[in-house]
Amino acid sequence: MIDEAIRILTFQAGFNSAVVVAGTAALGLAGGTVGTFLLLRRRALVSDALSHATLPGIAVAFLIGAALGLPGRSLPLLLAGAVASGVLGLLTVQWLVRQTRLTEDSAIGAVLSVFFGLGIVLLSLIQTLELGGQAGLKTFILGQTAAMAQGEAIAIGLLAAGAAATVALLFKELRALAFDPGFAAVQGWPVARLDLALMGLATLVTVIGLQTVGLILVVALLIIPPAAARFWTDRLSVLTIAAAAIGALSGWLGATLSALLPKLPAGAVIVLVAGAIFLVSFLFAPARGLLAVGLRNGRLRLSFAERRALAGLLAGRPVDGPLAWWLGARGFLRDGRLTPRGEVAAKAAERNRRLWDRFLADYPALVPAHANWGVDPIDEVLPGDMVRLLEERALP
Amino acid sequence: MQYLWRTPGSHTLPEEASPIGPAPLSVRDLTVAYHRKPVLWNVDYTAPNGGLIAVVGPNGAGKSTLIKACLGLVPRVSGTVEVFGQPVAKQRRLIGYVPQRESVDWDFPVSALDVVAMGRYGKIGWFRPVSRAHKEAALHALERVGMADFARRQIGQLSGGQQQRVFLARALAQEAQLYFMDEPFAGVDAATERAVLQVLRDLDAAGRTVICVHHDLQTVAEYFDHVLLMNTRVVAHGPVARTLTPELLGRTYGGQPLPLPVRETAAP
Repeated sequence: MIDEAIRILTFQAGFNSAVVVAGTAALGLAGGTVGTFLLLRRRALVSDALSHATLPGIAVAFLIGAALGLPGRSLPLLLAGAVASGVLGLLTVQWLVRQTRLTEDSAIGAVLSVFFGLGIVLLSLIQTLELGGQAGLKTFILGQTAAMAQGEAIAIGLLAAGAAATVALLFKELRALAFDPGFAAVQGWPVARLDLALMGLATLVTVIGLQTVGLILVVALLIIPPAAARFWTDRLSVLTIAAAAIGALSGWLGATLSALLPKLPAGAVIVLVAGAIFLVSFLFAPARGLLAVGLRNGRLRLSFAERRALAGLLAGRPVDGPLAWWLGARGFLRDGRLTPRGEVAAKAAERNRRLWDRFLADYPALVPAHANWGVDPIDEVLPGDMVRLLEERALP
Repeated sequence: MQYLWRTPGSHTLPEEASPIGPAPLSVRDLTVAYHRKPVLWNVDYTAPNGGLIAVVGPNGAGKSTLIKACLGLVPRVSGTVEVFGQPVAKQRRLIGYVPQRESVDWDFPVSALDVVAMGRYGKIGWFRPVSRAHKEAALHALERVGMADFARRQIGQLSGGQQQRVFLARALAQEAQLYFMDEPFAGVDAATERAVLQVLRDLDAAGRTVICVHHDLQTVAEYFDHVLLMNTRVVAHGPVARTLTPELLGRTYGGQPLPLPVRETAAP
């Protein structure tokens, strides 16, 4: 099993499996890049309406194909149907928002469920007909990498690479659109057309992801990679690349796992891999992760508590409990009394507090946002001239 | 026939005719409505060439909407907007814009320098990345508002006043002739207020025209040369000394008491 996993991961399990894994990784890469801007433009859920709205189109295209006597499952025709009804769903959302006072989330909910319901009804109808090939339609709902033919996987890979390249080409324009569309419009950028291009790219990723990931979960490829990457960085270029990498990794690992466990739906496996990466990012990312933020807050509270305790000891108030243990471990406290080192630290902390206090009173507008003011040593935050000025005013 | 529809009581104080070219901004018969309720009503206004102009009026008077309508950001029901004698859509290069600070998401993953560089995008054009020369220009704009030390900082880590100065620097990076600013003094600290004022005076000295939505009646006369008093329609406009009178301010902020109760819904 492990040998086989390694062979698939390193593209040595035969040409077909290698192509499928590479195609899925390319799909994840495209999802991450396009999704970054969808997320920043706050359009992520619109793409969920889009993907659910593809189902009736797939069903109708299947019926048309059968009526025309085409072989049971003509993929280009089915995907054309998916695009047509997906775009129709998208337009319906926009039309509802513009013409009525419905908010966007209600419009998305309404369109998503009605289109999906219609698709399910049509699929059930198709099941009762004796046409042949209808079994394959279900793979569009939950996805199936095994259903992917070689040529399809290559096409998916190329289209995904094209989508990612388009984002790279329009990087500056999409950044302007997502940050401040009003300002971009004043400069003459065609904001509506850029939005259209972004939704077009989202449509492309959705439709080529239908077979692999399935229409219920394909939105995850657009949302989870950038959401996970956001914990790691504050720079858009890094964010885009990280989201692309996370998406590609999810596709690559997910396709491999689903090749090993063919009974599990591929879409769910890929999304779970992406979800695991999200969880790790959310917990452990150094910039914005839960653990890092918690540690920073904890350290800040500890240093405030330590400062108060030292000031108290200097004034003759005893300290007990975990704080006493902590001060002892720091070498500031022995047998309930300040050590010489503790006395130095307490005096430094008191001076620091007074200077910060003075600074806040005299220059409220200049308080720097990046320092833990009141705790960080003031000499390391403010210029020396300012510290001397404060010393003259604050210290007797 | 058109004069019949002129809003009564709106009067234009005489202005010195501008000797240099067409007016930076000329608004004719502008009406804007949201859900059928007029927000701007028959606005006629010609801005003088050069100088600092304050747009003053109560909350909900349509001050921001006037700026957005001039910039083509909200649909007009009627009217024309010309910038230096041409339709506004043709003169984008000549226009700089400082929107309200609340209009964007400050958690967005960009640095102060990235935001200011966006002021150069119009000059850079399609597909090309931001070159070093444009980055230098953006950095210079940040220097002018005293924010060069914060160029690499993510914008969410700046104070409100610093964010306002980043927006101002972005407009400076546009190197425009006519600037629209939406409440650049709103909710800022003293240091930012001084920086914004200094930039306005520099722009004035360089012959630029600045149209500024301003909420603080105390400082209008000190900061601005001209004022446009409005409350859905234009009440008056002209040099501050002649326009910022108690009588005109009263008409801008107060209006007339209602002679009859007005019914909210149609009679049955």
